[in-house]
Amino acid sequence: MRALMMLSAAAVVGGLLILIVVITVQGAGALSWAMVTQLPSGGYYLGKEGGLLNAIVGSLLLAGGATLLAGVLALPVALYLQRDYGGDTRRANLVRMSLDLLWGVPSIVYGAFGFTIMLYLGMRASLLGGILALTLVVLPIMARAMDEVFRLVSVSLKEASWALGATRWETMRSVVLRQALPGLLTAVLLAFGRAIGDAASVLFTAGYTDNLPQSLLDPVASLPLAVFFQLGTPFPEVQQRAYAAAFILLVLVLLVSVGGRLLASRMSRFSADR
Amino acid sequence: MSHISVRNLTVAYNGHPALRDVSFDIPDRQVTAIIGPSGCGKTTFLRCLNRLIDVNNSVRVQGQVLIDGEDIFAPRADVMSLRRKMGLLSQKPQVLPMSIFDNVTYGPRLHGVRKRAQLEQIVERCLRMASLWDEVSGRLRAPAAELSVGQQQRLCLARGLAVQPEALLCDEPTASLDPISAQSIEQLFMELKNDYTVVLVTHILRQARRLADYLVFFYMGELVEHGPAQQMLSNPSDPRTRKYLEGVIS
Ligand SMILES: Nc1ncnc2c1ncn2[C@@H]1O[C@H](COP(=O)(O)OP(=O)(O)OP(=O)(O)O)[C@@H](O)[C@H]1O
Ligand SMILES: [Mg+2]
Repeated sequence: MRALMMLSAAAVVGGLLILIVVITVQGAGALSWAMVTQLPSGGYYLGKEGGLLNAIVGSLLLAGGATLLAGVLALPVALYLQRDYGGDTRRANLVRMSLDLLWGVPSIVYGAFGFTIMLYLGMRASLLGGILALTLVVLPIMARAMDEVFRLVSVSLKEASWALGATRWETMRSVVLRQALPGLLTAVLLAFGRAIGDAASVLFTAGYTDNLPQSLLDPVASLPLAVFFQLGTPFPEVQQRAYAAAFILLVLVLLVSVGGRLLASRMSRFSADR
Repeated sequence: MSHISVRNLTVAYNGHPALRDVSFDIPDRQVTAIIGPSGCGKTTFLRCLNRLIDVNNSVRVQGQVLIDGEDIFAPRADVMSLRRKMGLLSQKPQVLPMSIFDNVTYGPRLHGVRKRAQLEQIVERCLRMASLWDEVSGRLRAPAAELSVGQQQRLCLARGLAVQPEALLCDEPTASLDPISAQSIEQLFMELKNDYTVVLVTHILRQARRLADYLVFFYMGELVEHGPAQQMLSNPSDPRTRKYLEGVIS
Protein backbone atom coordinates (compact mmCIF):
# COMPACT_ATOMS: atom_id res chain seq x y z
CA MET A 1 0.00 0.00 0.00
CA ARG A 2 2.75 2.31 1.04
CA ALA A 3 4.74 1.42 -2.06
CA LEU A 4 1.70 2.15 -4.19
CA MET A 5 1.26 5.55 -2.59
CA MET A 6 4.93 6.36 -3.12
CA LEU A 7 4.72 5.19 -6.71
CA SER A 8 1.74 7.35 -7.58
CA ALA A 9 3.23 10.34 -5.80
CA ALA A 10 6.44 9.82 -7.76
CA ALA A 11 4.49 9.52 -11.02
CA VAL A 12 2.62 12.76 -10.40
CA VAL A 13 5.62 14.74 -9.21
CA GLY A 14 7.84 13.20 -11.86
CA GLY A 15 5.41 14.04 -14.64
CA LEU A 16 5.19 17.62 -13.43
CA LEU A 17 8.94 17.89 -13.15
CA ILE A 18 9.43 16.66 -16.71
CA LEU A 19 6.91 19.22 -17.93
CA ILE A 20 8.64 22.01 -16.03
CA VAL A 21 12.08 20.93 -17.23
CA VAL A 22 10.96 20.77 -20.88
CA ILE A 23 9.31 24.19 -20.67
CA THR A 24 12.32 25.69 -18.92
CA VAL A 25 14.94 24.17 -21.22
CA GLN A 26 12.97 25.00 -24.35
CA GLY A 27 12.05 28.46 -23.17
CA ALA A 28 15.31 29.50 -21.49
CA GLY A 29 17.03 30.19 -24.82
CA ALA A 30 14.33 32.57 -25.93
CA LEU A 31 13.77 34.11 -22.52
CA SER A 32 15.17 37.59 -22.19
CA TRP A 33 14.70 40.71 -20.17
CA ALA A 34 13.05 42.33 -23.16
CA MET A 35 10.42 39.63 -23.19
CA VAL A 36 9.01 40.59 -19.81
CA THR A 37 9.50 44.36 -20.09
CA GLN A 38 8.58 45.29 -23.65
CA LEU A 39 5.50 45.30 -25.78
CA PRO A 40 5.70 43.36 -29.03
CA SER A 41 6.98 45.40 -31.94
CA GLY A 42 5.54 45.11 -35.41
CA GLY A 43 7.48 42.04 -36.46
CA TYR A 44 7.56 40.27 -33.11
CA TYR A 45 5.62 37.29 -34.32
CA LEU A 46 8.02 36.94 -37.22
CA GLY A 47 10.92 36.67 -34.83
CA LYS A 48 11.86 40.34 -34.51
CA GLU A 49 12.25 42.71 -31.53
CA GLY A 50 9.88 43.13 -28.61
CA GLY A 51 8.37 41.29 -25.69
CA LEU A 52 5.21 39.99 -24.15
CA LEU A 53 4.46 42.63 -21.54
CA ASN A 54 1.00 43.01 -23.07
CA ALA A 55 0.20 39.35 -22.41
CA ILE A 56 1.74 39.35 -18.92
CA VAL A 57 -0.18 42.41 -17.80
CA GLY A 58 -3.29 41.18 -19.59
CA SER A 59 -3.18 37.79 -17.93
CA LEU A 60 -2.67 39.29 -14.49
CA LEU A 61 -5.58 41.67 -15.02
CA LEU A 62 -7.85 38.96 -16.41
CA ALA A 63 -7.04 36.37 -13.77
CA GLY A 64 -6.92 38.91 -10.94
CA GLY A 65 -10.22 40.47 -11.94
CA ALA A 66 -11.94 37.13 -12.41
CA THR A 67 -10.62 35.77 -9.12
CA LEU A 68 -11.77 38.86 -7.28
CA LEU A 69 -15.21 38.84 -8.85
CA ALA A 70 -15.65 35.09 -8.43
CA GLY A 71 -14.55 35.39 -4.80
CA VAL A 72 -17.13 38.05 -4.08
CA LEU A 73 -19.80 35.86 -5.66
CA ALA A 74 -18.60 32.49 -4.34
CA LEU A 75 -18.35 33.45 -0.67
CA PRO A 76 -22.09 34.04 -0.13
CA VAL A 77 -22.90 30.96 -2.23
CA ALA A 78 -20.60 28.82 -0.09
CA LEU A 79 -22.06 30.25 3.11
CA TYR A 80 -25.56 29.61 1.84
CA LEU A 81 -24.67 25.96 1.39
CA GLN A 82 -23.99 25.62 5.13
CA ARG A 83 -26.80 24.29 7.26
CA ASP A 84 -26.41 27.12 9.75
CA TYR A 85 -26.92 29.87 7.21
CA GLY A 86 -28.88 28.43 4.29
CA GLY A 87 -30.98 25.90 6.09
CA ASP A 88 -32.19 23.25 3.67
CA THR A 89 -29.66 20.46 3.19
CA ARG A 90 -31.38 18.91 0.19
CA ARG A 91 -31.46 22.20 -1.68
CA ALA A 92 -27.82 22.76 -0.77
CA ASN A 93 -26.89 19.37 -2.17
CA LEU A 94 -28.69 20.22 -5.39
CA VAL A 95 -26.65 23.43 -5.68
CA ARG A 96 -23.48 21.46 -4.92
CA MET A 97 -24.28 19.02 -7.70
CA SER A 98 -24.95 21.83 -10.19
CA LEU A 99 -21.65 23.47 -9.29
CA ASP A 100 -19.82 20.19 -9.79
CA LEU A 101 -21.52 19.84 -13.17
CA LEU A 102 -20.62 23.40 -14.18
CA TRP A 103 -17.03 22.69 -13.20
CA GLY A 104 -16.98 19.91 -15.76
CA VAL A 105 -18.15 22.12 -18.62
CA PRO A 106 -15.23 22.87 -21.00
CA SER A 107 -14.13 26.47 -20.80
CA ILE A 108 -14.61 27.01 -24.55
CA VAL A 109 -18.34 26.69 -23.85
CA TYR A 110 -18.17 29.57 -21.38
CA GLY A 111 -16.16 31.51 -23.93
CA ALA A 112 -18.73 30.91 -26.66
CA PHE A 113 -21.58 31.62 -24.28
CA GLY A 114 -19.98 34.87 -23.18
CA PHE A 115 -19.25 35.79 -26.78
CA THR A 116 -22.87 35.24 -27.82
CA ILE A 117 -24.13 37.49 -25.06
CA MET A 118 -21.52 40.11 -25.89
CA LEU A 119 -22.56 40.05 -29.56
CA TYR A 120 -26.15 40.47 -28.48
CA LEU A 121 -25.23 43.44 -26.31
CA GLY A 122 -23.09 44.92 -29.05
CA MET A 123 -19.95 44.65 -26.91
CA ARG A 124 -16.63 43.81 -28.48
CA ALA A 125 -13.89 41.62 -27.11
CA SER A 126 -12.58 43.36 -24.00
CA LEU A 127 -10.95 43.02 -20.62
CA LEU A 128 -14.40 43.14 -19.05
CA GLY A 129 -15.73 40.41 -21.33
CA GLY A 130 -12.72 38.23 -20.58
CA ILE A 131 -13.06 38.75 -16.84
CA LEU A 132 -16.74 37.81 -16.94
CA ALA A 133 -16.13 34.66 -18.99
CA LEU A 134 -13.24 33.62 -16.72
CA THR A 135 -15.40 34.30 -13.70
CA LEU A 136 -17.89 31.76 -15.00
CA VAL A 137 -15.06 29.28 -15.44
CA VAL A 138 -13.66 29.58 -11.91
CA LEU A 139 -16.82 30.31 -9.94
CA PRO A 140 -17.85 26.64 -9.50
CA ILE A 141 -14.48 25.45 -8.23
CA MET A 142 -14.15 28.45 -5.95
CA ALA A 143 -17.62 28.05 -4.46
CA ARG A 144 -17.18 24.31 -3.96
CA ALA A 145 -13.71 24.68 -2.44
CA MET A 146 -15.01 27.35 -0.04
CA ASP A 147 -18.00 25.16 0.74
CA GLU A 148 -15.74 22.28 1.74
CA VAL A 149 -13.63 24.62 3.84
CA PHE A 150 -16.70 25.82 5.73
CA ARG A 151 -17.90 22.27 6.20
CA LEU A 152 -14.63 21.51 7.97
CA VAL A 153 -15.35 24.08 10.67
CA SER A 154 -16.46 21.91 13.56
CA VAL A 155 -19.90 22.21 15.10
CA SER A 156 -18.35 22.28 18.55
CA LEU A 157 -16.40 25.40 17.62
CA LYS A 158 -19.57 27.15 16.52
CA GLU A 159 -21.34 25.93 19.63
CA ALA A 160 -18.59 27.40 21.79
CA SER A 161 -19.44 30.76 20.28
CA TRP A 162 -23.21 30.32 20.45
CA ALA A 163 -22.95 29.27 24.08
CA LEU A 164 -21.50 32.70 24.86
CA GLY A 165 -24.59 34.36 23.47
CA ALA A 166 -23.34 35.06 19.94
CA THR A 167 -25.83 34.99 17.09
CA ARG A 168 -25.23 32.90 13.99
CA TRP A 169 -23.99 35.96 12.12
CA GLU A 170 -21.68 37.11 14.87
CA THR A 171 -20.32 33.58 15.00
CA MET A 172 -19.82 33.55 11.25
CA ARG A 173 -18.03 36.87 11.22
CA SER A 174 -15.73 36.38 14.15
CA VAL A 175 -15.23 32.63 14.41
CA VAL A 176 -16.19 30.69 11.27
CA LEU A 177 -14.56 33.07 8.78
CA ARG A 178 -11.48 33.34 10.94
CA GLN A 179 -11.13 29.60 11.28
CA ALA A 180 -11.77 29.12 7.56
CA LEU A 181 -9.50 31.93 6.35
CA PRO A 182 -6.43 29.86 5.40
CA GLY A 183 -8.64 27.41 3.52
CA LEU A 184 -10.53 30.21 1.78
CA LEU A 185 -7.23 31.62 0.61
CA THR A 186 -6.31 28.24 -0.84
CA ALA A 187 -9.62 28.21 -2.72
CA VAL A 188 -8.78 31.63 -4.15
CA LEU A 189 -5.32 30.47 -5.22
CA LEU A 190 -6.80 27.43 -6.90
CA ALA A 191 -9.14 29.66 -8.86
CA PHE A 192 -6.37 32.07 -9.80
CA GLY A 193 -4.19 29.25 -11.11
CA ARG A 194 -7.02 27.98 -13.23
CA ALA A 195 -7.97 31.45 -14.47
CA ILE A 196 -4.50 32.53 -15.51
CA GLY A 197 -3.93 29.34 -17.46
CA ASP A 198 -7.19 29.24 -19.37
CA ALA A 199 -7.04 30.07 -23.07
CA ALA A 200 -10.36 28.97 -24.52
CA SER A 201 -12.64 31.22 -22.50
CA VAL A 202 -10.70 34.40 -23.32
CA LEU A 203 -10.17 33.60 -26.99
CA PHE A 204 -13.33 35.34 -28.19
CA THR A 205 -14.22 37.38 -25.13
CA ALA A 206 -10.96 39.21 -24.38
CA GLY A 207 -9.48 39.16 -27.85
CA TYR A 208 -5.80 39.84 -28.36
CA THR A 209 -3.81 43.01 -28.85
CA ASP A 210 -0.24 44.25 -28.81
CA ASN A 211 -1.15 47.13 -26.52
CA LEU A 212 -1.89 47.48 -22.85
CA PRO A 213 -5.57 48.06 -22.12
CA GLN A 214 -6.51 51.61 -21.17
CA SER A 215 -9.95 50.72 -19.88
CA LEU A 216 -12.13 47.75 -19.06
CA LEU A 217 -13.62 47.95 -22.53
CA ASP A 218 -10.34 47.56 -24.42
CA PRO A 219 -9.31 44.18 -25.74
CA VAL A 220 -6.48 42.57 -23.89
CA ALA A 221 -3.79 39.95 -24.57
CA SER A 222 -3.12 36.92 -22.40
CA LEU A 223 -0.24 34.50 -21.92
CA PRO A 224 -2.10 31.29 -22.83
CA LEU A 225 -3.11 32.83 -26.14
CA ALA A 226 0.41 34.14 -26.65
CA VAL A 227 1.63 30.57 -26.26
CA PHE A 228 -1.05 29.34 -28.61
CA PHE A 229 -0.40 31.88 -31.36
CA GLN A 230 3.38 31.59 -31.21
CA LEU A 231 3.28 27.82 -31.33
CA GLY A 232 1.10 28.12 -34.41
CA THR A 233 3.64 30.09 -36.43
CA PRO A 234 5.95 28.30 -38.85
CA PHE A 235 9.08 29.98 -37.41
CA PRO A 236 11.19 27.92 -35.00
CA GLU A 237 12.46 30.99 -33.09
CA VAL A 238 8.89 32.14 -32.49
CA GLN A 239 7.95 28.66 -31.33
CA GLN A 240 10.84 28.89 -28.87
CA ARG A 241 9.29 32.08 -27.57
CA ALA A 242 6.07 30.17 -26.96
CA TYR A 243 7.96 28.03 -24.48
CA ALA A 244 9.39 31.14 -22.90
CA ALA A 245 5.86 32.52 -22.53
CA ALA A 246 4.71 29.26 -20.96
CA PHE A 247 7.63 29.49 -18.59
CA ILE A 248 6.63 33.03 -17.58
CA LEU A 249 3.10 31.74 -16.94
CA LEU A 250 4.48 28.98 -14.77
CA VAL A 251 6.61 31.39 -12.77
CA LEU A 252 3.66 33.73 -12.21
CA VAL A 253 1.50 30.89 -10.90
CA LEU A 254 4.37 29.69 -8.73
CA LEU A 255 4.97 33.15 -7.24
CA VAL A 256 1.32 33.72 -6.46
CA SER A 257 0.87 30.27 -4.98
CA VAL A 258 4.01 30.41 -2.82
CA GLY A 259 3.07 33.88 -1.62
CA GLY A 260 -0.45 32.73 -0.86
CA ARG A 261 0.74 29.67 0.97
CA LEU A 262 3.07 31.73 3.15
CA LEU A 263 0.18 34.02 3.98
CA ALA A 264 -2.10 31.05 4.70
CA SER A 265 0.36 29.42 7.04
CA ARG A 266 0.80 32.68 8.93
CA MET A 267 -2.96 32.98 9.25
CA SER A 268 -3.42 29.40 10.40
CA ARG A 269 -1.27 30.10 13.44
CA PHE A 270 -4.44 31.17 15.19
CA SER A 271 -6.66 28.34 13.98
CA ALA A 272 -8.38 26.34 16.66
CA ASP A 273 -7.74 22.59 16.80
CA ARG A 274 -4.87 22.32 14.39
CA MET B 1 -29.09 34.90 41.41
CA SER B 2 -31.70 33.20 39.35
CA HIS B 3 -33.44 30.02 40.19
CA ILE B 4 -33.76 27.11 37.78
CA SER B 5 -36.64 24.74 37.95
CA VAL B 6 -37.49 22.01 35.51
CA ARG B 7 -41.12 21.03 34.88
CA ASN B 8 -42.16 17.90 32.97
CA LEU B 9 -39.30 18.20 30.51
CA THR B 10 -39.51 15.70 27.68
CA VAL B 11 -37.04 15.68 24.79
CA ALA B 12 -37.12 13.49 21.70
CA TYR B 13 -34.69 13.17 18.80
CA ASN B 14 -36.48 12.13 15.61
CA GLY B 15 -39.33 10.89 17.73
CA HIS B 16 -37.09 8.80 20.00
CA PRO B 17 -37.39 10.11 23.53
CA ALA B 18 -34.10 10.91 25.24
CA LEU B 19 -35.63 12.51 28.34
CA ARG B 20 -39.03 11.64 29.80
CA ASP B 21 -41.02 13.90 32.05
CA VAL B 22 -38.18 15.26 34.15
CA SER B 23 -39.11 17.58 37.01
CA PHE B 24 -36.93 18.94 39.79
CA ASP B 25 -35.46 22.15 41.16
CA ILE B 26 -31.78 22.91 40.86
CA PRO B 27 -30.55 24.34 44.14
CA ASP B 28 -28.95 27.79 43.92
CA ARG B 29 -25.27 28.29 44.63
CA GLN B 30 -24.50 24.65 45.01
CA VAL B 31 -22.89 22.00 42.91
CA THR B 32 -25.56 19.77 41.41
CA ALA B 33 -24.02 16.66 39.94
CA ILE B 34 -25.88 14.72 37.29
CA ILE B 35 -24.90 11.09 37.11
CA GLY B 36 -26.10 8.12 35.14
CA PRO B 37 -24.98 5.58 32.58
CA SER B 38 -23.90 6.58 29.10
CA GLY B 39 -26.79 7.55 26.86
CA CYS B 40 -29.19 8.28 29.71
CA GLY B 41 -29.70 11.89 28.62
CA LYS B 42 -27.28 13.91 30.73
CA THR B 43 -25.88 15.95 27.87
CA THR B 44 -29.35 16.37 26.41
CA PHE B 45 -30.56 17.75 29.73
CA LEU B 46 -27.66 20.16 30.06
CA ARG B 47 -28.13 21.45 26.52
CA CYS B 48 -31.76 22.22 27.30
CA LEU B 49 -30.73 24.61 30.04
CA ASN B 50 -29.06 27.02 27.60
CA ARG B 51 -31.15 25.93 24.60
CA LEU B 52 -28.12 24.79 22.69
CA ILE B 53 -30.41 21.84 22.00
CA ASP B 54 -32.15 24.11 19.43
CA VAL B 55 -29.19 23.69 17.10
CA ASN B 56 -30.53 20.25 16.24
CA ASN B 57 -33.53 20.53 13.88
CA SER B 58 -34.87 17.07 14.55
CA VAL B 59 -35.31 17.60 18.25
CA ARG B 60 -38.61 18.18 20.01
CA VAL B 61 -38.84 19.66 23.47
CA GLN B 62 -41.94 19.59 25.63
CA GLY B 63 -42.44 20.84 29.15
CA GLN B 64 -40.82 23.82 30.78
CA VAL B 65 -37.57 25.04 32.20
CA LEU B 66 -38.31 28.01 34.42
CA ILE B 67 -35.60 30.49 35.22
CA ASP B 68 -36.86 33.01 37.75
CA GLY B 69 -40.35 31.88 36.85
CA GLU B 70 -39.97 32.48 33.12
CA ASP B 71 -40.12 29.60 30.69
CA ILE B 72 -36.96 29.65 28.59
CA PHE B 73 -38.72 27.68 25.84
CA ALA B 74 -41.50 30.23 25.53
CA PRO B 75 -41.70 31.63 21.98
CA ARG B 76 -40.71 35.10 23.09
CA ALA B 77 -37.83 34.06 25.31
CA ASP B 78 -34.51 35.76 24.50
CA VAL B 79 -32.13 32.90 23.70
CA MET B 80 -29.02 35.07 23.46
CA SER B 81 -29.40 36.53 26.91
CA LEU B 82 -30.28 33.09 28.27
CA ARG B 83 -27.01 31.71 26.92
CA ARG B 84 -25.20 34.58 28.47
CA LYS B 85 -26.65 33.66 31.85
CA MET B 86 -25.71 30.00 31.47
CA GLY B 87 -21.97 29.51 31.04
CA LEU B 88 -21.00 26.28 29.32
CA LEU B 89 -17.92 24.15 29.81
CA SER B 90 -17.76 21.24 27.43
CA GLN B 91 -16.03 17.90 27.63
CA LYS B 92 -13.36 18.80 25.13
CA PRO B 93 -11.99 22.31 25.54
CA GLN B 94 -12.84 24.29 22.43
CA VAL B 95 -10.81 27.46 22.16
CA LEU B 96 -11.72 30.08 19.56
CA PRO B 97 -9.32 30.69 16.64
CA MET B 98 -7.75 33.78 18.16
CA SER B 99 -5.36 34.90 20.86
CA ILE B 100 -5.69 34.07 24.54
CA PHE B 101 -6.70 37.66 25.19
CA ASP B 102 -9.33 37.68 22.46
CA ASN B 103 -10.76 34.39 23.66
CA VAL B 104 -11.58 35.93 27.03
CA THR B 105 -12.86 39.22 25.61
CA TYR B 106 -14.95 37.55 22.88
CA GLY B 107 -18.10 37.40 25.01
CA PRO B 108 -17.81 40.86 26.58
CA ARG B 109 -17.13 42.43 23.16
CA LEU B 110 -20.22 40.73 21.75
CA HIS B 111 -22.21 42.29 24.51
CA GLY B 112 -20.92 45.76 23.96
CA VAL B 113 -17.82 46.24 26.12
CA ARG B 114 -15.42 48.27 23.97
CA LYS B 115 -13.08 50.15 26.26
CA ARG B 116 -9.55 48.80 26.18
CA ALA B 117 -8.86 49.29 29.88
CA GLN B 118 -12.07 47.59 30.86
CA LEU B 119 -11.34 44.61 28.60
CA GLU B 120 -7.87 44.26 30.09
CA GLN B 121 -9.38 44.30 33.54
CA ILE B 122 -11.86 41.57 32.60
CA VAL B 123 -9.08 39.43 31.15
CA GLU B 124 -6.97 39.62 34.27
CA ARG B 125 -9.88 39.03 36.62
CA CYS B 126 -11.25 36.03 34.73
CA LEU B 127 -7.87 34.43 34.09
CA ARG B 128 -7.12 34.76 37.80
CA MET B 129 -10.45 33.20 38.69
CA ALA B 130 -9.62 30.30 36.40
CA SER B 131 -6.12 30.23 37.95
CA LEU B 132 -4.50 30.60 34.59
CA TRP B 133 -3.19 34.14 34.92
CA ASP B 134 0.24 33.28 36.27
CA GLU B 135 0.88 30.86 33.43
CA VAL B 136 -0.17 33.09 30.53
CA SER B 137 0.10 36.72 31.65
CA GLY B 138 3.31 37.07 29.64
CA ARG B 139 1.83 35.83 26.37
CA LEU B 140 -1.74 37.02 26.13
CA ARG B 141 -1.26 37.69 22.41
CA ALA B 142 -0.26 34.11 21.61
CA PRO B 143 -2.75 31.84 19.83
CA ALA B 144 -4.96 30.04 22.32
CA ALA B 145 -4.44 26.80 20.42
CA GLU B 146 -0.83 26.78 21.63
CA LEU B 147 -1.90 26.15 25.22
CA SER B 148 -1.91 22.67 26.72
CA VAL B 149 -5.28 20.93 26.86
CA GLY B 150 -5.56 21.52 30.61
CA GLN B 151 -4.76 25.20 30.14
CA GLN B 152 -7.25 25.39 27.29
CA GLN B 153 -10.00 24.07 29.55
CA ARG B 154 -9.20 26.71 32.15
CA LEU B 155 -9.19 29.32 29.38
CA CYS B 156 -12.66 28.13 28.34
CA LEU B 157 -13.75 28.56 31.94
CA ALA B 158 -12.31 32.09 32.03
CA ARG B 159 -14.03 32.85 28.73
CA GLY B 160 -17.33 31.67 30.17
CA LEU B 161 -16.88 33.69 33.35
CA ALA B 162 -16.14 36.83 31.35
CA VAL B 163 -19.78 37.26 30.33
CA GLN B 164 -20.79 37.19 34.01
CA PRO B 165 -23.04 34.16 33.93
CA GLU B 166 -25.26 33.15 36.80
CA ALA B 167 -24.89 29.43 36.37
CA LEU B 168 -22.20 27.17 34.98
CA LEU B 169 -23.17 24.11 32.97
CA CYS B 170 -20.34 21.63 32.83
CA ASP B 171 -20.43 18.48 30.70
CA GLU B 172 -17.76 16.11 31.97
CA PRO B 173 -15.35 19.02 32.15
CA THR B 174 -12.41 16.93 33.30
CA ALA B 175 -12.89 13.98 30.96
CA SER B 176 -10.14 14.96 28.56
CA LEU B 177 -7.72 16.26 31.17
CA ASP B 178 -4.77 14.77 33.00
CA PRO B 179 -5.22 14.15 36.76
CA ILE B 180 -3.42 17.33 37.83
CA SER B 181 -5.42 19.58 35.51
CA ALA B 182 -8.60 17.76 36.51
CA GLN B 183 -7.80 18.42 40.13
CA SER B 184 -7.26 22.11 39.50
CA ILE B 185 -10.61 22.35 37.70
CA GLU B 186 -12.31 20.58 40.60
CA GLN B 187 -10.64 22.99 43.01
CA LEU B 188 -12.03 25.88 40.98
CA PHE B 189 -15.57 24.53 41.22
CA MET B 190 -15.26 24.43 45.00
CA GLU B 191 -14.43 28.13 44.97
CA LEU B 192 -16.93 29.11 42.29
CA LYS B 193 -19.94 27.53 43.92
CA ASN B 194 -20.11 30.38 46.41
CA ASP B 195 -21.12 32.68 43.58
CA TYR B 196 -22.55 30.43 40.91
CA THR B 197 -25.02 27.63 40.54
CA VAL B 198 -22.97 24.78 39.10
CA VAL B 199 -24.55 21.92 37.17
CA LEU B 200 -21.97 19.22 36.64
CA VAL B 201 -22.41 16.16 34.46
CA THR B 202 -19.94 13.52 35.44
CA HIS B 203 -19.14 9.89 34.84
CA ILE B 204 -16.77 9.79 37.73
CA LEU B 205 -18.57 8.77 40.91
CA ARG B 206 -15.65 9.82 43.07
CA GLN B 207 -15.80 13.26 41.52
CA ALA B 208 -19.49 13.48 42.35
CA ARG B 209 -18.70 12.43 45.91
CA ARG B 210 -16.01 15.07 46.22
CA LEU B 211 -17.90 17.97 44.68
CA ALA B 212 -21.62 17.50 44.74
CA ASP B 213 -23.99 19.10 47.22
CA TYR B 214 -26.97 17.80 45.35
CA LEU B 215 -27.21 14.66 43.27
CA VAL B 216 -29.42 13.75 40.33
CA PHE B 217 -29.55 10.27 38.88
CA PHE B 218 -30.83 9.70 35.34
CA TYR B 219 -31.49 6.28 33.92
CA MET B 220 -32.61 5.70 30.33
CA GLY B 221 -34.05 9.16 30.00
CA GLU B 222 -35.84 9.13 33.30
CA LEU B 223 -35.10 11.04 36.45
CA VAL B 224 -34.83 8.21 38.93
CA GLU B 225 -33.81 9.98 42.07
CA HIS B 226 -32.57 13.32 43.28
CA GLY B 227 -31.64 14.70 46.66
CA PRO B 228 -28.85 16.00 48.87
CA ALA B 229 -25.65 14.25 47.86
CA GLN B 230 -24.70 12.86 51.29
CA GLN B 231 -28.07 11.30 51.81
CA MET B 232 -28.33 9.84 48.32
CA LEU B 233 -24.83 8.44 48.34
CA SER B 234 -25.17 6.77 51.70
CA ASN B 235 -28.76 5.72 51.45
CA PRO B 236 -30.23 5.67 47.94
CA SER B 237 -33.93 4.90 47.90
CA ASP B 238 -34.28 3.46 44.42
CA PRO B 239 -32.76 0.04 43.65
CA ARG B 240 -31.48 1.33 40.28
CA THR B 241 -29.56 4.13 42.00
CA ARG B 242 -28.11 1.62 44.44
CA LYS B 243 -27.00 -0.64 41.62
CA TYR B 244 -25.40 2.27 39.77
CA LEU B 245 -23.58 3.47 42.87
CA GLU B 246 -22.34 -0.04 43.52
CA GLY B 247 -21.09 -0.21 39.98
CA VAL B 248 -23.39 -3.00 38.91
CA ILE B 249 -24.78 -0.88 36.07
CA SER B 250 -22.57 1.61 34.38
N1 LIG C 1 -28.06 14.66 17.97
C1 LIG C 1 -28.71 13.53 18.30
N2 LIG C 1 -29.50 12.93 17.40
C2 LIG C 1 -30.18 11.80 17.71
N3 LIG C 1 -30.12 11.20 18.91
C3 LIG C 1 -29.35 11.75 19.85
C4 LIG C 1 -28.61 12.95 19.60
N4 LIG C 1 -27.92 13.27 20.72
C5 LIG C 1 -28.23 12.32 21.62
N5 LIG C 1 -29.09 11.41 21.12
C6 LIG C 1 -29.64 10.24 21.84
O1 LIG C 1 -30.23 10.68 23.03
C7 LIG C 1 -29.91 9.82 24.11
C8 LIG C 1 -29.25 10.61 25.21
O2 LIG C 1 -28.00 11.09 24.75
P1 LIG C 1 -27.07 12.02 25.63
O3 LIG C 1 -25.97 12.50 24.77
O4 LIG C 1 -27.89 13.03 26.31
O5 LIG C 1 -26.51 10.97 26.69
P2 LIG C 1 -25.43 11.19 27.84
O6 LIG C 1 -26.10 10.80 29.11
O7 LIG C 1 -24.84 12.51 27.78
O8 LIG C 1 -24.36 10.08 27.49
P3 LIG C 1 -22.78 10.11 27.72
O9 LIG C 1 -22.57 9.85 29.15
O10 LIG C 1 -22.30 8.97 26.87
O11 LIG C 1 -22.28 11.43 27.25
C9 LIG C 1 -29.04 8.73 23.53
O12 LIG C 1 -29.84 7.61 23.32
C10 LIG C 1 -28.54 9.29 22.23
O13 LIG C 1 -28.39 8.27 21.29
MG1 LIG D 1 -22.83 13.26 27.33
